[in-house]
Amino acid sequence: MSETSLASPIGAERPEILIDRAAATSMPVVERPLSAAEWIYDQTWLRKAAILIALALAWEAYGRYLNNELLFPTFTATARAFWDGVVSGVIPARAWTSFKVLIAGYAIGILIAAILTTLAIASRIGTDFLEVLTSMFNPLPAIALLPLALIWFGLGSGSIIFVLVHSVTWAVALNTHSGFLAVSKTLKMVGRNYGLRGLRYVGSILIPAAFPSILTGLKIGWAFAWRTLIAAELVFGVSSGSGGLGWFIFENKNQLDIPTVFAGLLTVILIGLFVENFVFRTIENRTIAQWGMQS
Amino acid sequence: MNDQSRSAGTAQPLLTVSGVTLQYKTPNHIVTATYRVDFDVHAGDRFILLGPSGCGKSTLLKAVGGYLAPTEGQIRLKGQLIREPGPDRMMVFQEFDQLLPWKTVLQNVVFALESSGRRKGKEARDRAMHYIDKVNLTKFADSYPHTLSGGMKQRVAIARGMAMEPDILLMDEPFAALDALTRRKMQDELLALWADTKFTVLFVTHSIPEAIKIGNRILLLSPHPGQVKAELNGGAKDAAFAALEKRIQQMLFADEIEEAENV
Repeated sequence: MSETSLASPIGAERPEILIDRAAATSMPVVERPLSAAEWIYDQTWLRKAAILIALALAWEAYGRYLNNELLFPTFTATARAFWDGVVSGVIPARAWTSFKVLIAGYAIGILIAAILTTLAIASRIGTDFLEVLTSMFNPLPAIALLPLALIWFGLGSGSIIFVLVHSVTWAVALNTHSGFLAVSKTLKMVGRNYGLRGLRYVGSILIPAAFPSILTGLKIGWAFAWRTLIAAELVFGVSSGSGGLGWFIFENKNQLDIPTVFAGLLTVILIGLFVENFVFRTIENRTIAQWGMQS
Repeated sequence: MNDQSRSAGTAQPLLTVSGVTLQYKTPNHIVTATYRVDFDVHAGDRFILLGPSGCGKSTLLKAVGGYLAPTEGQIRLKGQLIREPGPDRMMVFQEFDQLLPWKTVLQNVVFALESSGRRKGKEARDRAMHYIDKVNLTKFADSYPHTLSGGMKQRVAIARGMAMEPDILLMDEPFAALDALTRRKMQDELLALWADTKFTVLFVTHSIPEAIKIGNRILLLSPHPGQVKAELNGGAKDAAFAALEKRIQQMLFADEIEEAENV
C-alpha cells in the first residue's frame, strides 16, 4: 500500500482547529425543570382518567338525548344502579361467586400448562405432543365445549371450571413454551455449567428467563377465562342457588331492569381493569421491569 | 515435537486433550470443527487457543466445558474423563447476556456458588463479595445486570467464574465484544487477577496481540478443520512482542499469502 493514498484528498496540508471552551459564553439551557403543564401531560394515569371522563360525558349526553332507559340508560342511572347493587351486597356476592369459580379454573389451567410445558422441554415427543394439542385446541372456543361439559359434569360449577381450564391451558402453555424456546443459548449453558439438572434447571433458569412470555400467557389466559366465565354463566348459573355476574346480567335483562344490566357489565369491566392495572402491573414492575427484560 | 514438549513438563498436566476430533451437525451437513488436536494445560497456565474464525477454537473450548462430546480422542481433567458440564470448569462467555438478568450482581455470584453446592449461606455471600471486590464492583453489588456497561458485565462474569474456584477457567473471547479501550483495561485487570491468585485459564481469542499479552502458552490452530499448527510461548515484551506477532501472523496466513501471490 502506498503512503500517498492516505494523504489529504485536497492535496494541501489543512490547519488543525483547537477551540478553548472556557472562552465560550452563551449556551442554550442545559437542564431545566418541566413546566406544570408538561408534567401533567406526562402522567399516564391523568391522560387515561381524562379519556374515561370524556367517555362518561359522551355516554351521559347520548343517554339523555335518547331518553329511553330500556335501550340505553344514562351514565348516572347506571352509576346509581351500581351503587345500589354494591350497597345491598348483591353485586359483591355475585362477583365473589364468579371469582371463586374463576380462580379454581385458572389455577387448574396453569397447573396443566406447567405440566405440559415441562414435558415439552424434557423430550422431543413431549414437544410434539404439546404442539399437536395446542394447534388442535387453541382455535376451539372454550364456550363451544359447554354443551358437552354439561353432559359430563352436570349443571354446576364443574362444567364451568372445565371450560375455564380449556380456555386458560392452551394460551398459557403456548406462550410459556415459546418463551422457553427463546431463552438464550448462553443462559442455558450457564445453567448447565452450575450443574443444574431437571426440575431445578427449569425452576431456576428457564422459568425466570422466559418470564416475560409467561406473564403474557398468564394475562391472555386471564382475559380468556374471564370472558368464558361470563359467557358460560349467561347460559346457566342458577345451580348453586345464587349465580355469578353473568347470571346477574341475564336475570336483570329478563326483568327489563336495564340500568342494572349495565351495572353488571360495568362490574365485569371494573374487575378486568383492576386485575390488569393493579395485579399484573404490580407483578410486572417487581419482576421484568426491574430486571430490564421488558420488551 | 509433541513428545518432546510433553517430556519437558515435569508435573502431571491438569488438562489433557489428546487426539480430539469434534464434529457437529447442521441441518444438511456434518461439519468437522477440529481434527486430532493434542495439547496439555498445566496448573497455573494462561493457555491460549488462537486461530482465525473457522478453526474450531470455540468448539474446542465447549468440548472442554463438557457441552459437546468428541467423536474421537479424549479430554481429561485431573485424569478424569470429561462427560458433562460442571462447576469445576467455569465458562466465561463473550455474550453480555451470560448474567442472570433477574438477579443482582451479588445474587448472580451467590447463586452460582449455592446452586452448584460449592458454598452456602453466609459463606457464599462472603466469598462472592470478596471476588466482586477483586474486580472493583463493590459499589454495584446490588445493581441489576441491565444497568451495567458491557465491560462491567464481563467483570461480573469473571468474578463469578473465579468465585467458584474451578480447576480451570474457560474464557470464550470474553473481551471480543468490548471497545478497544475497555478491552485493553480488562486484559490488564485479568493479568493482575492472575498475578494475585494464579488460577488456570484456557482462553480463546482471534486477536494475536491479545494472545501474546495474556498467554504464557499459545496454541495456534489452522482453519477448516482446526488442526494444531504450533504451540508457542507467549508473554513477550517490546521488540520480542513485535517479532512474535509477526511470526504468528506469518504462520497463520502463510497459506493465504501464497495463494494471493499466485493470483
